Amino acid sequence: MLKIKNLNASIENNEILKGIDLQVNAGEVHAIMGPNGSGKSTLAQVLAGREEYEVTDGVVEYDGRDLLELSPEDRAREGLFLAFQYPVEIPGVNTAYFLRTALNEKRLYRGEKQISAMEFLKLVREKMKLVQMDESFLKRSVNEGFSGGEKKRNEILQMAVLEPKLAVLDETDSGLDIDALKIVANGVNTLKSRNNAIIVVTHYQRLLEYIVPDFVHVLYKGRIVKSGDRNLALELEKQGYDWLKENVPAQAVHVEE
Amino acid sequence: MDQKLTQQDWHKINFQNFEKKLNGQSFTPLHDLRKQAITRFDELGFPTIRKEEWRFTNISPITRIPFKLAAGGHDPEVVSGVIEPYTLKDIKHTQLIFMNGQYVPELSVSRLPEGVRVKNLDRALQEDKELIEKYLTKHSDYMEHEFTALNTAFISDGAFIHIPEGLILDNPIHILYMTSAAGESIVTHPRNLIIAGSNSRSSIIENYAGVNNDIYFTNPVTEIIAGENTVMDFYKLQQESAKAYHISALYVHQMRNSVFSSHSFSFGGSIVRNDIFNLLDGEGSDSILNGLYLAHKDQLIDNHSVIDHARPHCHSNEVYHGILDDKARAVFSGKIHVRPDAQKTDAIQSNKNILLSEEAMVDTKPQLEIFADDVRCTHGGTIGQIDENGVFYLRARGINEQLAKNIMIHAFAGEIIKNIKIDKFRDIIDKLVFSRLEDGHLKQND
Ligand SMILES: Nc1ncnc2c1ncn2[C@@H]1O[C@H](COP(=O)(O)OP(=O)(O)OP(=O)(O)O)[C@@H](O)[C@H]1O
Ligand SMILES: [Mg+2]
Repeated sequence: MLKIKNLNASIENNEILKGIDLQVNAGEVHAIMGPNGSGKSTLAQVLAGREEYEVTDGVVEYDGRDLLELSPEDRAREGLFLAFQYPVEIPGVNTAYFLRTALNEKRLYRGEKQISAMEFLKLVREKMKLVQMDESFLKRSVNEGFSGGEKKRNEILQMAVLEPKLAVLDETDSGLDIDALKIVANGVNTLKSRNNAIIVVTHYQRLLEYIVPDFVHVLYKGRIVKSGDRNLALELEKQGYDWLKENVPAQAVHVEE
Repeated sequence: MDQKLTQQDWHKINFQNFEKKLNGQSFTPLHDLRKQAITRFDELGFPTIRKEEWRFTNISPITRIPFKLAAGGHDPEVVSGVIEPYTLKDIKHTQLIFMNGQYVPELSVSRLPEGVRVKNLDRALQEDKELIEKYLTKHSDYMEHEFTALNTAFISDGAFIHIPEGLILDNPIHILYMTSAAGESIVTHPRNLIIAGSNSRSSIIENYAGVNNDIYFTNPVTEIIAGENTVMDFYKLQQESAKAYHISALYVHQMRNSVFSSHSFSFGGSIVRNDIFNLLDGEGSDSILNGLYLAHKDQLIDNHSVIDHARPHCHSNEVYHGILDDKARAVFSGKIHVRPDAQKTDAIQSNKNILLSEEAMVDTKPQLEIFADDVRCTHGGTIGQIDENGVFYLRARGINEQLAKNIMIHAFAGEIIKNIKIDKFRDIIDKLVFSRLEDGHLKQND
């Protein structure tokens, strides 16, 4: 589904990603961990098409297509979804309008007919139940004045409505209390299937108890320095990152999947 | 006035012609006032950019065009066609129609409860002498404000509204000033007097529109007296011709516990200046001033306001948003004056602008003059581009770039539009704004 080869990216001439290799197949859950500032969000944003980042080298193949060629909106319409680490507040745009417009843009792209207001309401109500969000949020401006946890839930709601093929969740767990964490994890698990894949960026093993990863990668200084199975996350929880920092290889470790 | 008059003195020529038409009425107290006003205007002259209040707004084009006083006599049927796009179709309301400054009774519709007086000023000058004498020109300042002096010199027609004590008016009053100059450069001086008795509630819409590309000058003055405990929503929609000049002044005098909201939408015109002088002259009164302006090409839109907190425990909240494209310019000047007595004043002011081009410009100037100690005054402003983070967020959800930008601009305008309390009027304004957006830019109004 997703093949990243030697991805290098920089912002304002600062190299942030320095040769990322990663392959994600349908049905898999990958976790990306790593210390602050290592480039996790950068990777997520580059995948989503943020233009401020310049891709200086490498290729990203998504569903057999060159992902980097696509505009951010086309990536989304092709089923890529990024749950933002810092969801953006958009005063004046109500959540219902936003969700419906997004869904209709995707439908238009696929040559499907527009969803009616009634159908949409039915759909969104059902999805809101999934993430236990109150319907009153539909009338509020996107993320404006939402608490940290509400913003994260709203990301999962959008994911639920848009039903992506590949979801990248950038620290969707941070700032969540234990109940909210379960709700979010449950939402994600409900949407998981053999046909889609999920990349979760997280600092905590805690989330991975609920969303069980098939692979765990450690990103450090713009490279994936170690990959393993879910036990790697447990080890990181116990030992931190220091043992990995000490022996950063000159070349990124590449695990064939 | 024997000296030779030049083009620059078009107002003098107009005044001579105006006097000639007055016949027997040139010896009334009102005409004495007009004469004082024209004399005062001659002393003051047209303001230049050397005057602080006009520093950013050069109105010299107005002085160079020999504007003529509009002639009357309109065929209501023709007028009816011209005003059609600007009428408030699905809203139950009372409507006063003015064509080139002159009242058109045939097209004016009244849906009013007993006791409310809504008529044209010309008639009120005959029928409502007591109120006229008590209020007309009493809350405006023709000694200091140049264009108010000019307007006062030509007082003849406009809207007159009197809402009696305790009356709750359900339907809005719509005052439409339509200008269709047909190649002539005309000037109109609409004069509105609105008196709201204590404990009354009302909403009033002033609407200025013109046939596009006509060159004319609209110089309105509105005086509002909001009695004790009144609630008034005052809307002003300015959608003049792209080549028109519009210089207006609104004087609001508020008494105890009154709540006055102004919603100003400035979309048209070539050079536009809106002045608001808001005197909070009663304890516990509340003033809400909202504003939205859109300007493109080489439009200049200037919003000036003075909020004078004269009494304790008053609140004022002023929020203006501007969207500018091409070489457009905007000026925002907001003065908050807190007099020594006005303890517990709470004043908030904000002016935010989005620039859609590199050449667009805004001069924003908050001024706090505070002479009381127990007050809270805050002001803030921003001038920037469309929020790129927001655009990216929308795009990351599959919304195309142009639409994403339009949504962001629309939302910025929406923060002002949402305060409109008449649902259908809110929709009208909302559509007007949305129809101006194209690929993240402002386009001409069709
Ligand atoms: N505009 C910029 N100019 C220079 N450096 C930048 C810029 N934007 C981001 N960076 C740097 O890129 C690095 C990677 O940032 P990124 O947000 O990808 O980290 P992260 O792994 O997601 O960290 P966290 O765990 O704290 O979320 C950081 O060191 C950050 O300071
Ligand atoms: Mg991050």
